[in-house]
Amino acid sequence: MSTSEALHERQIVDPYRLGRAHALAPGHGGGRDYATGHGEGGPASKYVIVGYGFWIFLLSDIVMFSAFFAAHAVLATATAGGPSGRDLFDPRSIALETACLLVSSFTCGLSAVATGARSQLWTQTFLAITGALGLAFLVLEARDFATLVLQGAGPDRSAFLSSLFAVVGCHGLHVSAGLLWLGTMMAQIFVKGFRPNILRRMLCFNLFWHVLDVIWVALFTIVYLIGEGR
Amino acid sequence: MSDRSVERNEDDIAPGFLDAPDLREAALSYVIGFVLAALLTVASFAVLYTQLIWGPAIPMALAVLAVAQMGVHLVFFMHITTAPDNTNNILALAFGVLIVVLIIGGSLWIMGHLNDRLMPVQEIMQMQR
Repeated sequence: MSTSEALHERQIVDPYRLGRAHALAPGHGGGRDYATGHGEGGPASKYVIVGYGFWIFLLSDIVMFSAFFAAHAVLATATAGGPSGRDLFDPRSIALETACLLVSSFTCGLSAVATGARSQLWTQTFLAITGALGLAFLVLEARDFATLVLQGAGPDRSAFLSSLFAVVGCHGLHVSAGLLWLGTMMAQIFVKGFRPNILRRMLCFNLFWHVLDVIWVALFTIVYLIGEGR
Repeated sequence: MSDRSVERNEDDIAPGFLDAPDLREAALSYVIGFVLAALLTVASFAVLYTQLIWGPAIPMALAVLAVAQMGVHLVFFMHITTAPDNTNNILALAFGVLIVVLIIGGSLWIMGHLNDRLMPVQEIMQMQR
């Protein structure tokens, strides 16, 4: 008796084949049609479970950001007679910050490719470039904030500026935390090499950095570009 | 590519993991993603600073470009696909998107209605005089 017949007999076939390829439409995945979670094959590997858990965390982080975005969207016109986005934003600075973060996301992806090839040199090189671009982003953002505060448009000027500093500052804090993480990742890869636990951390770090860029896309669109046109 | 038994699994794939047969193909995903994302970013700025799009439609055009760019990041940088081994990742993402839409859309909707129904501040001040 074949394995799948035996499984049918024990009635543990998943009739809906959730998440599995259908036998009639091969070409996607393994095409096994028995249900997992019945001792067959066991749970997913630690690499998949850790990555998935971190994915859930990142999605909850995005939900938290959405609350900041909602606050900003509601308060964007509450300038209390003070300056609005059109008076304050410097489009060249925003474009430069966007470029820094996008290129850093790209080089971060290349560091993952280098990790796949188990190349110490290229992984470290691309991580270093990613870190330098992240740092450049933070410096530009700090300069923007300083300019605003010196103009008297600090977070205490109006509800609009409070929500602006909150949402952009929260993203900046995430980038700062990501930079610290990046530094420790470079040290760990250098000292410990491509061990399974280091590979898991690299996976999570890559996801984190890419999500930072996704949030920045929402940020420069909603806060800066739409705010500039308002 | 060298031995990748740590990352491989039979039925599931970790979010962010690219299961490419060789280096070139892996790098190609990031290059395509980078080019598309850069084009969409430039388009966003161009929409705002040129007269290509009718003024009142600009916020909607910017929103469309932003959502498109997020999709590019998800597919080419985070390698979220519709393959069966990605079902868990996609379902978690879909739930996250649902909550985000509820929070932002709900806030704008409710606060917009409250704004319409509340008396302007100046009138309240005059009543108190």
